[in-house]
Amino acid sequence: MNDIIMECSGLWKNYGGMQALRNVSCRIQSGRIYGLLGPNGSGKTTLIKLANGLLTPSAGKILINGEEVGINSRKAVSYLPDCVALPDWMRIYELIKFYDDFYEDFNAKKAYQMLESLNLFSGQRFKTLSKGNKEKVQLILVMSREAKLYLLDEPMGGVDPATRDYILNTIITNYSPDAAVVISTHLISDVENILDEVLFINRGEIVLSDTVDNIRSDNGKSVDALFREVFRC
Amino acid sequence: MKWSFDHDRPIYTQIIEQMKLFIASGEYRAGEKLPAVREMAQEAGVNPNTMQRAFSELENAGLVFANRTSGRFITEDINMVEKLKEELASEAVRSFLDSMKRIGYDKAKTIELIEKSIEERGDDKDE
Repeated sequence: MNDIIMECSGLWKNYGGMQALRNVSCRIQSGRIYGLLGPNGSGKTTLIKLANGLLTPSAGKILINGEEVGINSRKAVSYLPDCVALPDWMRIYELIKFYDDFYEDFNAKKAYQMLESLNLFSGQRFKTLSKGNKEKVQLILVMSREAKLYLLDEPMGGVDPATRDYILNTIITNYSPDAAVVISTHLISDVENILDEVLFINRGEIVLSDTVDNIRSDNGKSVDALFREVFRC
Repeated sequence: MKWSFDHDRPIYTQIIEQMKLFIASGEYRAGEKLPAVREMAQEAGVNPNTMQRAFSELENAGLVFANRTSGRFITEDINMVEKLKEELASEAVRSFLDSMKRIGYDKAKTIELIEKSIEERGDDKDE
């Protein structure tokens, strides 16, 4: 019933002599929310960047909706980068216009609704916002698209716990049976209740891929606790 | 309604347990219509698929039934709700007795303590 939205097979990425991804294979299905979890420098961001075409693989394949990464895949993928990457001289309403012009699937009405519930004023210039508010605006833009695949790289790093709840709520509310969400994060205990599946990645390899329910019933502990055990320093 | 989840057990089993409690306590009355899965998922802060899974199991158990056109409802079978209540109550007593045993209380001492505690509380007499 669920379509495969993203498929990686034998994916490698080298930066010079450094192997960032080593033979990664995985499938992302529609209607599911995935957590991409791993310690710093394990390859999470590299995998996400390969999926949206910001990087090209050294070897192996990555398909989005059955096609190689390109114009069509970018139409289907809504990407939240791990750093702020918007023209910061624009005002928020200009950014909304910008996204609206760029993406056919952008829903400006939704964006304004979210701005309002987060008490953000659309006339404000992006560069005058606090770090957390910048992240919120960026996330609003990304979640206001009706995409097939959402790639969220550290969506909650700089925001307060109440906003974190709002973001998680937004992800649940936007949930659609024909879209998939991939969240890369360190804040495992915050997200694990909304995840279907987790992918543990370490030193460029996927070391575990299972549903949250299975992990909990097999190990008798939370994903967060398992993570601390597997990746103990 | 307040949901709360432990971190070390599957969420869907915890949803089932809490729904049973809500049905037994009358927070959800027999025959009452339930909100949509997505709405309940949002309220509980869980994945909609997880909520769906819990409801499928509650349906299989007969505690909840789905009507194709009008949504999901709590069972109308009062006997079933009564039975559920009894089950939950005996479970609670069983685990209480286990704890008492672990503490080292025997039967007589346990009963004595129960009677004393009930007397002290006093306010729950009618129940």
